[in-house]
Amino acid sequence: MSKPQPIRPVVNESGIAIQPVYTADNVEASGGLAMLGRPGEYPFTRGIHPLMYRKQPFTMRQYTGFGNAADTNRRFKYLIANGQTGLNVAFDLATQCGLDSDDARADGEVGRVGMAVDTLRDFEIAFDGIDLDRITVSLTVNGSAAILIAMYLAMAEKRGFDLRTLRGTAQNDILKEFVGRGTWIYPVRPSIALVGDTIEYCAEHAPKYSPVSVCGYHIRESGATPTQEMAWGFCIARAYAREVVRRGVPIDDFADRLSYNFNIYGNLFEQVAKFRAGRGLWARIVKEEFGATKPSSMWLRMIAGGGGSGLTAEQPELNIVRGAYYALVGALSGAQTMALCCYDEAYTIPSEYAQRISLRTMQLLVEEIGLADTVDPLGGSYYMETLTNQMRAEMERIIAETDAAGGIVDLIEQGAIQARVSAQAYRLRRAIESGEFPKVGVNRYRNEGEAEREVEMHPHDEAGAAAQVAALKRVRAERDAGAVARALERVESDARAGRNLMPAIVDAVKAYASVGEISERMVGVWGRYAEPVRFDDPDLAALAKEAA
Amino acid sequence: MTSDRSIRVLLAKPGLDGHDQGAKIVARAMIDAGFEVRYTGLRQTPEQVRDAALAHDADVVALSSMAGAHLAFCRRLKPLLEAAGLADRLWIIGGNIPAPDVDALRALGFAGVFPVGTPLDATCDFIRAYAPRRTAEARAGAARSTEEAAR
Repeated sequence: MSKPQPIRPVVNESGIAIQPVYTADNVEASGGLAMLGRPGEYPFTRGIHPLMYRKQPFTMRQYTGFGNAADTNRRFKYLIANGQTGLNVAFDLATQCGLDSDDARADGEVGRVGMAVDTLRDFEIAFDGIDLDRITVSLTVNGSAAILIAMYLAMAEKRGFDLRTLRGTAQNDILKEFVGRGTWIYPVRPSIALVGDTIEYCAEHAPKYSPVSVCGYHIRESGATPTQEMAWGFCIARAYAREVVRRGVPIDDFADRLSYNFNIYGNLFEQVAKFRAGRGLWARIVKEEFGATKPSSMWLRMIAGGGGSGLTAEQPELNIVRGAYYALVGALSGAQTMALCCYDEAYTIPSEYAQRISLRTMQLLVEEIGLADTVDPLGGSYYMETLTNQMRAEMERIIAETDAAGGIVDLIEQGAIQARVSAQAYRLRRAIESGEFPKVGVNRYRNEGEAEREVEMHPHDEAGAAAQVAALKRVRAERDAGAVARALERVESDARAGRNLMPAIVDAVKAYASVGEISERMVGVWGRYAEPVRFDDPDLAALAKEAA
Repeated sequence: MTSDRSIRVLLAKPGLDGHDQGAKIVARAMIDAGFEVRYTGLRQTPEQVRDAALAHDADVVALSSMAGAHLAFCRRLKPLLEAAGLADRLWIIGGNIPAPDVDALRALGFAGVFPVGTPLDATCDFIRAYAPRRTAEARAGAARSTEEAAR
């Protein structure tokens, strides 16, 4: 018999060696079932609710937005008509970076990768006719999140929704923007304080609104392993929680409004174990480190996203298949919400057709092949329980090492986490190019000599960009200039005084002050972030030793 | 003939695009290839790219663009580079570049266009083959005129 060729690595991306067979002995050796518990009970390894999808399937929330508010409103309604149960809003880069559509730096960017937003008027148009009690809205914005949260609350209030019961989410995780994604504006410390302002403000005024979704997702996209993704996500969440607790807000007043955004690509079992392990670990951190007593404070609520880094420009139709496997992972993992990158997303803003395929993929899992029938269907598998224990131990090790090396905030400020993940991404890229790390259609099974199937390219609407600028000018001409000036003065003076900025920002957006006008006042006080550029490969263990 | 060590690359992230995983990977590959790499970080305006290329006395001006604004940016950058006397340098661009845009970028003077999926070594080999072989005198001259411009 010829020797079988290894077709998958036997050490997973998190560095854990995978055995050919697992038994009860492996489970015992890895720590047994001490952290398993029952679904809906501490430590929630099996799920945060007792009945999970049997009671309510995961929310389906495709990332959508382009052009102006009216264009995006039409796509929202298309997705809702097709059975989507939440909205996940994409903003253009100018909006995300705190620039108005008429800013020179926004040239060529208005409405390109997401919806352009300048003032509250845009939000009024974007969500027109959408029942915000039935369809929950997630705002994918970070640097300018405080302003867009204020706009969302002001828009909802104006439409007559009760802020006490209004649900929804903002991404608003600035620390991970410094590691990956890159839509930072202000330096690290005031950025954290501003996230703290949103949490504190929402805890008081919009207690059902989730002002932060901590993203391991983009750290993973930048090159982190699955265990680093979770561990550093938790470190970042702890940084925000400490900021808010420091202000005297009890942990149980806001912890259950913190949510997470994690990535799905790579080895299926490793990802499911990652989420199960992470749920138990986060519950323990909130309970033991922060002294929470409310069970819901300990819940790891998450959107799991079928990650773009897993998809390929080569043979793009295979991304439909990858998306289905990623959705399967999300459902096996007990995600609260799911979004899939579309098959054409390696090329362009997804077409309606591609969006619908992703949506149908999720619907099919729930309604056709039984993924919503029973809670944590892989629970009890020798392999899954062993791997869950091992992944949890590895996450704990990374957290301890990160703390000992100076803590996540210092390490991000120094650019150490960024350099580490980029060194890893480089090694992975080399391993893909050498064929050592398998990627179907890329380093094996290429369709040689065949042109790729054409993907419909989303056109950038230059006329739409000009119309957006014209609309902004109209709002500027029509609004009460005195009220805007006073509101902006208050934003600046509150920033100088270190007061919670949200009341001033809410007033400013209600006066139709623009994203750029508000953001520039804060830049005036805090300055802009200066990106550390490093191409070393920092060893956190060595840094921890140095610090000790 | 100059050695690889002396090939200087200015690698920039144009515009507001925040996807820098690829740019940093390419930077590391170029460093491993022995080039002197200056990476600008995110959010560069065309003027900043020109200034950084001058300050680094770059032989190669490289852009990494993932979010679709490459044509608009390169149209603004081209006259700035030309006016700064950088037309004799190698201009290249990589990233999420749709096939129909490749010819337009070449016509703008970007001799190397490297869409996602281009092997790292292919990019480095291209630079080795086509980076201008500038003499020490030409470099000293460029440094002098940059200093004069600064004054």
